[in-house]
Amino acid sequence: MRTGSYSRRIVVNRIMEGVIFFFAFISLLPLTLILFYLAKKGMAAIDWQFLTHLPRPVGEEGGGVVNAIVGSAILIFCATLMAVPLGVGAGLYLSEAKEGKLSYWTRVAVDILQGSPSIVMGVVAYLWVVKPMQSFSALSGSIALAIMMLPMVIYSTEETLKVIPYTLKEAALALGVPYYRTILKVVIPAGMSGITTGVLIGVARIAGETAPLLFTAFGSPFLDINPLKPVAALPLVVFNYATSPYPQWWEQAWGASLVLTFLVLCLHLTAKIGTRRWKIQF
Amino acid sequence: MENPILITENLKAYYGNHLVLKDINLEIPRLNITAIMGPSGCGKTTLLRCFNRLHELSPGGRIEGQIWLGDTDILSLDPIMVRRRIGMVFQRPNPFPTMSIYDNAIAGYKLNGMKLSRVEADEIVEQALRGAALWDEVKDILHRRGTFLSGGQQQRLCIARALAMNPEVILLDEPTSALDPKATAHIEELLISLKSRVTIIIVTHNTGQAGRIADYTAFLYLGELVEFGPTERLFTAPKDRRTEEYLSGKFG
Amino acid sequence: MKQLSDTLFNAVVRSCAIGTLILVSGLCVTLVIHAMPVFRHSGLSFLFASTWDPLRQQFGALPFLVGTVITAVLGVLISLPFSLSIAFFLGEYFPSGKLSIFFQSATDLLAGIPSVIYGFWGLFVVAPFMQKIEIRLGIMPYGVGIATASIILAIMIVPYTASVSREIIKLVPSDLKEAAYALGATRWEVVRHVVIPYAHSGILAGILLALGRAIGETMAVTMVIGNRNEFPKSIFDPANTMASVIANEFAEASDDIYLSALIAVALLLFLFTTVMNMFGRFVIKKLTVRQES
Repeated sequence: MRTGSYSRRIVVNRIMEGVIFFFAFISLLPLTLILFYLAKKGMAAIDWQFLTHLPRPVGEEGGGVVNAIVGSAILIFCATLMAVPLGVGAGLYLSEAKEGKLSYWTRVAVDILQGSPSIVMGVVAYLWVVKPMQSFSALSGSIALAIMMLPMVIYSTEETLKVIPYTLKEAALALGVPYYRTILKVVIPAGMSGITTGVLIGVARIAGETAPLLFTAFGSPFLDINPLKPVAALPLVVFNYATSPYPQWWEQAWGASLVLTFLVLCLHLTAKIGTRRWKIQF
Repeated sequence: MENPILITENLKAYYGNHLVLKDINLEIPRLNITAIMGPSGCGKTTLLRCFNRLHELSPGGRIEGQIWLGDTDILSLDPIMVRRRIGMVFQRPNPFPTMSIYDNAIAGYKLNGMKLSRVEADEIVEQALRGAALWDEVKDILHRRGTFLSGGQQQRLCIARALAMNPEVILLDEPTSALDPKATAHIEELLISLKSRVTIIIVTHNTGQAGRIADYTAFLYLGELVEFGPTERLFTAPKDRRTEEYLSGKFG
Repeated sequence: MKQLSDTLFNAVVRSCAIGTLILVSGLCVTLVIHAMPVFRHSGLSFLFASTWDPLRQQFGALPFLVGTVITAVLGVLISLPFSLSIAFFLGEYFPSGKLSIFFQSATDLLAGIPSVIYGFWGLFVVAPFMQKIEIRLGIMPYGVGIATASIILAIMIVPYTASVSREIIKLVPSDLKEAAYALGATRWEVVRHVVIPYAHSGILAGILLALGRAIGETMAVTMVIGNRNEFPKSIFDPANTMASVIANEFAEASDDIYLSALIAVALLLFLFTTVMNMFGRFVIKKLTVRQES
């Protein structure tokens, strides 16, 4: 280390500290701005009608996003239904089975899935479901979202189950309980909060996703719970309204944005609380 | 010995190709407490885990020879059946964390899908907890989680859990090594009271404990059964030099 | 003697793992199969031609490759001072305490906001602001374009680099730092000569991960990049990235070759991000191994 003059080094130290603190605090600026705009413009657009009515054509007063709220709920629900059994099963395999070719390649597959852009999932879901069905549907949207959720569920299941002490399994086995019951009735219940947290994190990730829905769920002005028909979703509403030329719809887009952000942040918070609690189980 | 409950014949245990137990020929007396002792690594825990066929679940675990429970060779039975007749208590208390004290006591039934009526279950729970000298302390908090109890109480809960299955033998693997002296004393008293209804085999590295509670003691060294006999005789007049050296603290 | 139910159970669990593998392989295969037509049609010039004219069946994906790389790289560069500052702030100066919790939560909040909302906000707040700047500079006031997209991207990826780097920086052993302090080094000197050299591969991995994220980012970019299928000539020009062209044109792709071309772009995007991510994880793994030895 060069020992320049002592006072110069102190000054450099102070300056760098200042620079770091400055940039760190400036980073908060965009966040504050976004939250501010969301709150201000979003609150202006939200009222009881907004949350409970269907959208009206341009030019007419009023209208709401209830179909989008319901649609998002349907998509998330179906995606979870598809991703959780497959994900927990795969995670269970990875935590229990001996290391080998299947474990290795499954992990590689999960890594690939985790890092893939969401729009690619949308394209694949289109090719797998929309094209053969000749129609957009909630089903295809759910499939795209389920694929995105999968790596999160697998990862957290594996990590949770790995941490469960072997003595728990042994205690059950020593009572003459067969292996499969030991897993189903002792190990998985013991890991339930960790697995649930993983599912929540996955849900938080897909709740705000738009790209995979652009040409699968596609959006719809109606409230329809038929999974074989196109369905509205909050992120789609934000996108379509924001990129439209109608100022009325821009206002509604702010309202939808606020609802969506609120929903997503609540999910993240719940998942975070879950993570902290789960870590001190044993 | 008349009517031993467990007999091993040329019992060998392996981890992969590594021979850990060499030709063990042992007769465990019925309704007594037998201690298995020896220095670390001598194979005493492995021997215990052969009895309830838990050894086979370890990676590379293999058994050769015969183990007779009464007149059945348990190596030819379904391991699950064996474990319902021979129970086990582990070194660290391991009650199921997601179950209440009540459910822990009848865990053997619940996890095996054996249906019990409410009355039957209540009775089994009470019997088991009384047998483990735990009933008075927990009878009012049966529906709290098992993990809220102290270490000694948790271990007694594990004993109750094993007792509830009405096993013929209970295996204990250094059950008091993680407990304080007072809790240890409780468990030792408990085991003495239990031997009239169930045979007890206990692995311990504590010669004092063996001296206090065991009727018979087996001494293992490097995978071989060196000596076996009534505890008092073994301690005061050991036949083998290795037994004597272990007891006088020269190694182990 | 294994019971039937155990065997069945193991088979079911195993098939879940196999199922995941099949899913991902199927994904790759589907993309490749449907991308083939355009490659048969245009050959490798698909990758190198710069004209994207669906009406005349000319498909050159180069503008999108360029658009993706420029916005991603610019985005990462712009975000670096901010994310590294946060990383040092939280990893070194304030690793615990109320301020730390506040900052960490704020960073996590940033990561949690959906992409479409960043795009919306970018379109209505940042783009007009950019327009004003462009008017001042005397150029076409598009508002949207490479610059705006890069800025929004930068904001979005700050949390990724920040959290990975923060963790790595926290891992620097305190006895190394104390040795430096004992020699009379200032705080900054310790950071510069001890922390950074020790943590640099972890920081690099964080940057790579963020780069991978930026390349795949779709909605925010689509909404503020201007959607023009040509090479941008300056950073204020509108352009398109691989992700944004798919988002914009997929739903209206009329004929099979057009669709195949877009799918080929998706395949390219997929390969890009997979390679980036694998590399990033490889670096992280190498770093963890080094720490443990």
